[in-house]
Amino acid sequence: MTLTAKILLLVAGLALAACTNPGRFGADGTAGGAGGVGGGAIVPGSANDPTSPAYFNQTIGDRVLFAVDQSAVTDEGRVILDGQATWLLTNTDFTAIIEGHADEQGTREYNVALGARRANAVREYLVSKGVAGNRLRTVSYGKERPIEICSNEACYAKNRRAVTVLAGGLTG
Amino acid sequence: MRFLGMVLSAALALGGLWSGTALAQSDGPLRIEITEGVIEPLPFALPVFEAETGDAGGLAAQISQVVSADLSGTGLFREIPVNAFISQVSSFAAPVQYADWKAINAQALITGAVSVQGNQLAVKFRLYDVFSGAEMGDGLQFTGTTEGWRRMAHKVADAVYSRITGEGGYFDSRVVFVSETGSKDARQKRLAIMDYDGAGVQYLTDSSAIVLAPRFSPSGDRVLYTSYETGFPRIYVLDVGSVQQRVLESQDGTMSFAPRFAPDGQNIVFSLSQGGNTDIWAMNVGGGGATRLTSAPSIETAPSFSPDGSQIVFESDRSGSQQLYIMPAGGGEAQRISFGPGRYGTPVWSPRGDLIAFTKQNSGRFHIGVMRTDGSEERLLTASFLDEGPTWAPNGRVIMFTRETQGEGGRSSLYSVDISGRNLRPVRTPEGGSDPSWSPLLQ
Repeated sequence: MTLTAKILLLVAGLALAACTNPGRFGADGTAGGAGGVGGGAIVPGSANDPTSPAYFNQTIGDRVLFAVDQSAVTDEGRVILDGQATWLLTNTDFTAIIEGHADEQGTREYNVALGARRANAVREYLVSKGVAGNRLRTVSYGKERPIEICSNEACYAKNRRAVTVLAGGLTG
Repeated sequence: MRFLGMVLSAALALGGLWSGTALAQSDGPLRIEITEGVIEPLPFALPVFEAETGDAGGLAAQISQVVSADLSGTGLFREIPVNAFISQVSSFAAPVQYADWKAINAQALITGAVSVQGNQLAVKFRLYDVFSGAEMGDGLQFTGTTEGWRRMAHKVADAVYSRITGEGGYFDSRVVFVSETGSKDARQKRLAIMDYDGAGVQYLTDSSAIVLAPRFSPSGDRVLYTSYETGFPRIYVLDVGSVQQRVLESQDGTMSFAPRFAPDGQNIVFSLSQGGNTDIWAMNVGGGGATRLTSAPSIETAPSFSPDGSQIVFESDRSGSQQLYIMPAGGGEAQRISFGPGRYGTPVWSPRGDLIAFTKQNSGRFHIGVMRTDGSEERLLTASFLDEGPTWAPNGRVIMFTRETQGEGGRSSLYSVDISGRNLRPVRTPEGGSDPSWSPLLQ
């Protein structure tokens, strides 16, 4: 099997998972990470294969976090987004949907708007690094899809996020 | 004149808020004044309604129970237990033995009769002021089908409530809300509709997509809501009778949410997010002609029309945090009305026009509150880990809202409270519940 074929299968698998798993917002891209190995050998499709979505999701990091009620990308977030931009500029067959999220400490509709700001902040950053705007869509889930469910700052911090979710290639 | 009814109050700390709406007519001595003062629920007796036909006994008992529950549920009335009765009302037509009811301190006596012919149901009732020894108003009869027995019970209770308080009723009404199952990180949501008291829940959508914040049309025939059915938040309109729904047109690459009807039932306002910026827009629910009402780089959302349709109250963080503003219905300069500590969101204009209900966040707590439309006389009615999303009863005296509990097991449910902050009660739903929208009184 060619590498391309494997990637296509993997992408198909991710897409399927996205359709059926309500917990996908909490997934850390583990679908592609099962083959992680030590010793430097690159297993195609694994988190140490720089062309794989698993690498994007886990090694680079698919998400950035935000301060309370803020949508400015943090310094830490920039490092991650620089990595995302580089990956997207290399792997031009992929598009992405950037999902903005808020913690539960806010009213529902305001949080949808806040998540939209966060998703857009990530999109603008990636575009500023050269990623074509037509590859990046945004959506906000407000506080509807927390990944952590405790009601304190440790969980809230992880829920205030924008996740770059890779999607099918431009050419289908 | 003897004022035999206790002067009840909705315990308003708002000085004189109700003075303008105090019940001018004082021809009936039995009266609950919803004004300032101390609350003591008015005791009433409600003997099980008489079954006038052989097969009406079951419905008569059920209808009596619902009337009583409606009245007691307001916190303004207290039912006297049947076993305290001295006199039994064996016949709707028989003269009332006032002394027997006075002896048990029943201030109001409600009698009724139920008859069934095939699937046709007739419910009659009479209301007596025990201490005056006189009937209050004329007897009334409601007719319909046996299937609609709950609505007839609610209509009887509305009539009793109105006669004693001078206010409009609210029992014959429905609530559309989001029914929820699953833990916080795997929550399933679907639209549901029920009677105001939680009876007769019907589901309007399945839970395949997130649905948010439904809102009734002014006549209660349609519901606007937000769904992620396409993967992106978009606005849908659903016909309550047929349960048919359709998505409203929207521009690709945008998100639309927070839709509410204008009082004309044709125009709507909503929020549209584009390039990370959320503003308020208006359009015709039939489609076309979307116009932008705000154009600030801040978040503008949660619009709500004044009952006369001339103004819109909404929330904006243009000052740096969520606050409430009022602007003309066509857009234009907005006046900030919230100035207390904390953040204010989800404003909803009372159907009476006098108050705006809101969600307030302050010092890590959430509150439901009310203020006058100029922002004065703010009052917080509730406090909890997370209260949000008030909706008004048709008479503008009661508010229903969402309360979510804290932590891993956090669960949403519906509560109601009156505008004095009294009578906080859970509204029972089969599953979790959020985002209630109260209908107008049914026709």
